[in-house]
Amino acid sequence: MVEVLLIMLAGVAFGYLFRRRDNIIRLAEPLLNWSIYILLFLIGISVGLNEVVMGKLDTIGVQALILSVAGVIGSCIASYFCYVLFFKKKEKNEG
Amino acid sequence: MKGSLIIVGFFVVGLMLGVTGYVPDFLTDGDLSTYALYALLFLVGITVGADSGALDIIRNVKLELVLVPVFIIVGTYIGVGIVSFFMEDISFKDALAVGSGFGYYSLSSILISEIRGETLGAIALVSNIIREVTTLLFAPVMVMAFGKLAPIAAGGATAMDSTLSVVKKFSGKEYVLISIFSGTVLTVLVPLLVMFILEVL
Repeated sequence: MVEVLLIMLAGVAFGYLFRRRDNIIRLAEPLLNWSIYILLFLIGISVGLNEVVMGKLDTIGVQALILSVAGVIGSCIASYFCYVLFFKKKEKNEG
Repeated sequence: MKGSLIIVGFFVVGLMLGVTGYVPDFLTDGDLSTYALYALLFLVGITVGADSGALDIIRNVKLELVLVPVFIIVGTYIGVGIVSFFMEDISFKDALAVGSGFGYYSLSSILISEIRGETLGAIALVSNIIREVTTLLFAPVMVMAFGKLAPIAAGGATAMDSTLSVVKKFSGKEYVLISIFSGTVLTVLVPLLVMFILEVL
């Protein structure tokens, strides 16, 4: 999967080089949206074809919910420490 | 919000087509999804590279700014890591991979489906959509409970675009740049962290 990194870096370089060429850069967003649509359509197909996955859609939903709540709470608590240690004091000094 | 509905729409239409079983071969042989994935990664790169605002921020970056995405990554991993021990079908590694989406549900679910299969890909899709929606709905509560960086943390990679409006509204204007910086860093890291966790760890 080294190609993933290389392709993305190539994109960053391309975007940086052509950053002032609006007509080129403006194309990126709709193309990006369509590549996402196509890929999720295809993932939908492979999920739909997969009877094992289709049989446990409810479990998948619950697992997804648990993971997102855990991720949100974990990152919020971590951001609280970051806020108190590095941002809150500065805010007071400036205010 | 409208964007997520369109994306979910495409997923659901594909799902229904799959359930009927009448799917032309060229849609399932993998070539199309590989090329679409390469196009996606290249285009994500372009949007980051062309965004001179993001690069400007990086040029005069301060240490505490870099710490924001670092804390978000560590906090997310601790959160999903802990619950994975109580979940039957989800290994520690799988949980970290899903958490590595940081709300970027399209890219993370696509990569996870490719590397680890449809089941975890579907979990990543739903989980990261919930992360974005939760941020949009509960940003004011998060600010009250965990301070002004909390919606930026919850928003993860989406803090640079779709959840930026709630950051601006509930954390304040002075947090907009921090939000864009943190969201951009996490957006670039999503594919790298997903791959690192699933293929190297």
